[in-house]
Amino acid sequence: MKLTGSQMIGESLVKEGVEVIFGILGGALLPLYDVLPQYPQLRHILVRHEQGAAHAADGYARATGKVGVCFATSGPGATNLVTGIANAYLDSVPIVAITGQVARPFIGKDAFQEVDITGITLPITKHNYLVMDAASLPEIVKEAFHLARTGRPGPVLIDLPRDVQIEQAEFNYPSKINRPSYKPTLKGHPAQIKKAAKLINEARKPVIIAGRGVNISKAYAELKELVEQAQIPLITTLLGISCFPESHVLSYGMLGMHGMAYANMAVDAADLIIAIGMRFDDRATAKVSAFAPHAQIIHIDIDPAEIGKNVRVDVPIVGDVKTVLKELNKQIVATNHIDWVRQLDDWRREHPSTTIRDSQSILPQYVVRQIYEVTNGEAIIVTGVGQHQMWAAQHYWYDKPNTFISSGGLGTMGFGLPAAIGAKVGCPDSTVWCIDGDGSLQMTIQELATIAQEKVAVKIAVIHNTYLGMVRQWQEMFYGKRYVATPLSSPNFVKVAEAYGLPGLRVERREEVTPAIQQAMEEPGPFLIDFVVEPEENVYPMVPPGAALAEVLEEPKNKTKPKAVKDSAKLPVSNI
Amino acid sequence: MPKHIIVALVEDRPGVLNHMASLFRRRGFNIESIAVGHSEVPHLSRMTLVVNGANTMVEQVRKQLDKVVDVVKVSDITSDKVITRELALVKVKATSSSRSEIMQVVDIFRAKIVDVAADSVTVEVTGDEAKIDSLLNLLRGFGIKELARTGRIALTRGETNPLPVKQPPKAQGRKPTK
Repeated sequence: MKLTGSQMIGESLVKEGVEVIFGILGGALLPLYDVLPQYPQLRHILVRHEQGAAHAADGYARATGKVGVCFATSGPGATNLVTGIANAYLDSVPIVAITGQVARPFIGKDAFQEVDITGITLPITKHNYLVMDAASLPEIVKEAFHLARTGRPGPVLIDLPRDVQIEQAEFNYPSKINRPSYKPTLKGHPAQIKKAAKLINEARKPVIIAGRGVNISKAYAELKELVEQAQIPLITTLLGISCFPESHVLSYGMLGMHGMAYANMAVDAADLIIAIGMRFDDRATAKVSAFAPHAQIIHIDIDPAEIGKNVRVDVPIVGDVKTVLKELNKQIVATNHIDWVRQLDDWRREHPSTTIRDSQSILPQYVVRQIYEVTNGEAIIVTGVGQHQMWAAQHYWYDKPNTFISSGGLGTMGFGLPAAIGAKVGCPDSTVWCIDGDGSLQMTIQELATIAQEKVAVKIAVIHNTYLGMVRQWQEMFYGKRYVATPLSSPNFVKVAEAYGLPGLRVERREEVTPAIQQAMEEPGPFLIDFVVEPEENVYPMVPPGAALAEVLEEPKNKTKPKAVKDSAKLPVSNI
Repeated sequence: MPKHIIVALVEDRPGVLNHMASLFRRRGFNIESIAVGHSEVPHLSRMTLVVNGANTMVEQVRKQLDKVVDVVKVSDITSDKVITRELALVKVKATSSSRSEIMQVVDIFRAKIVDVAADSVTVEVTGDEAKIDSLLNLLRGFGIKELARTGRIALTRGETNPLPVKQPPKAQGRKPTK
């Protein structure tokens, strides 16, 4: 059967089970968009900026576990995807981005809207392709989806010249890929698993640190079995949140810069760390030379390049988390670590980390907690990046698997709104709340138009504190309270929402918080609430830059805040 | 910092060399030499890279290289028994009086004179880095007009193969780019 390059893309996407495409067309993608009506199975969602397309595909992929797809035209369309692709790369999210390119005879001639997008995205894609003839398309698309979703998932880009889209060739969709160089290791090495089991069975103070790999691998049951069989306290990374029910007695929250004090203390005191599907990011480890100083470390990860990259590892196991845990669990002896668990419980009592103080004004933590209460903890929470992100991580308790969606590695402000669109489109039966900051939201606020046009029933909570709050907090603590370029004026968000055709409410009094959230939940469609919160609230606990996890600062009990460091040059060397 | 010899088998596709080089650039490594050519397996090229770097850093980059989809195998053979060779072409100033002296030096090094002109001779020499360096030192006295050196290539001695490939992959059924 002969098809044009555009039809091949349509056929291939249908064969890959794609349901939705987020994109914006342009000159170099006109032929592809022209055939889309031939494939009614493919829903196209027109976004307002290509960054939104990539983030929406990313949010869709994280929420559903399927591959997210986005389209953008050549040149500026393609470069606008770059932030979103980098975001997906750092958080191991499977997306396939298809970009238009100028026609083959014009490539390399600085033609109108030409950029070398395969060159630009080389370091931020798992793989990419410049398609030079239509005949190679079926194989390329098949391979792109396979690469995106298998092994350590990641973004793949296909750059499609305009004339290839109209070139005809034979279409036979391959059933498997032919790539001798690509064979992710799924099964852990038996000898390593045996060693790990021995360490776990002998440990007196073990701690599990679970990361996004558990969510990707859907190893929920296996992880729970390990935790319960050996009674091991479990801590997650930021992106590991919701891989294990937080109401479980052995769940001790998140570690890291804004992790729970008791979680950080547990890691500091542990004699064994079992790191599962996580990568020892500097925000999680804090000062790496002082990370888990008394512990041996077992590291389970599918990516061999993560082993030993940031911390020394005693027992590395390369493999898929679910597959490895299944094998490992067979060798775990039922036991308890009653003294150790009691110790952690004591720490949790003494350093609660998630209590919210009484206040006349609206505290952002309180808003998050009320969203938790009203949604019964059953919503999918999507965040932007900043203080609100940390509060959303700390003060909502995640019991359902894979319900926390956030930009971890790249820390992309503006991720929240478009990612929430993707999550809601992928999971229409779930309640999706986008908790965003006034700064973060304004980076992609144009996607309110997408929400209106496509009637995506996302609930939006703006944590409006009139600052770029996270940066302001650092200026307060480490730059002598010099608030340079962080005070932020914002439009009236409710009027903006209304202008886009969405209902909204502004909330300025504490007693209005819960009714507003309830009203949003009763609304069948999208709804925005502008919560005007305490402007100079800080995120606690906090491990200051360059400090060890154990040197965690907690919220000061009396109103005095920690002494500001006048000279930032005196800060220890650390990542930012 | 120790010198490392890294060998890799890579699929013969556009962008691979760029991708590999950029992984070194990103970590601030200077690639001392790089040599690429066909390997014993059709459609696979063999790359030999010489880089300076701390062992742990080089190991980290080796793992990153291994992750590149087009890279079939990659190995650090620094501590293996290896045969390494480079080739150099040197255009040396030569007068009627110095020509025979140059020829003697060339003979001692088992090098070859591949071109002779009125005021120069061109010498071809292969060997390991040290041998080529010593010959160049001697020829410098006569005046080197032009010099071209290849990157190092390397094979391990005996039966060992750091880059075993079980079966040659089939052609990808993809037409070469026009």
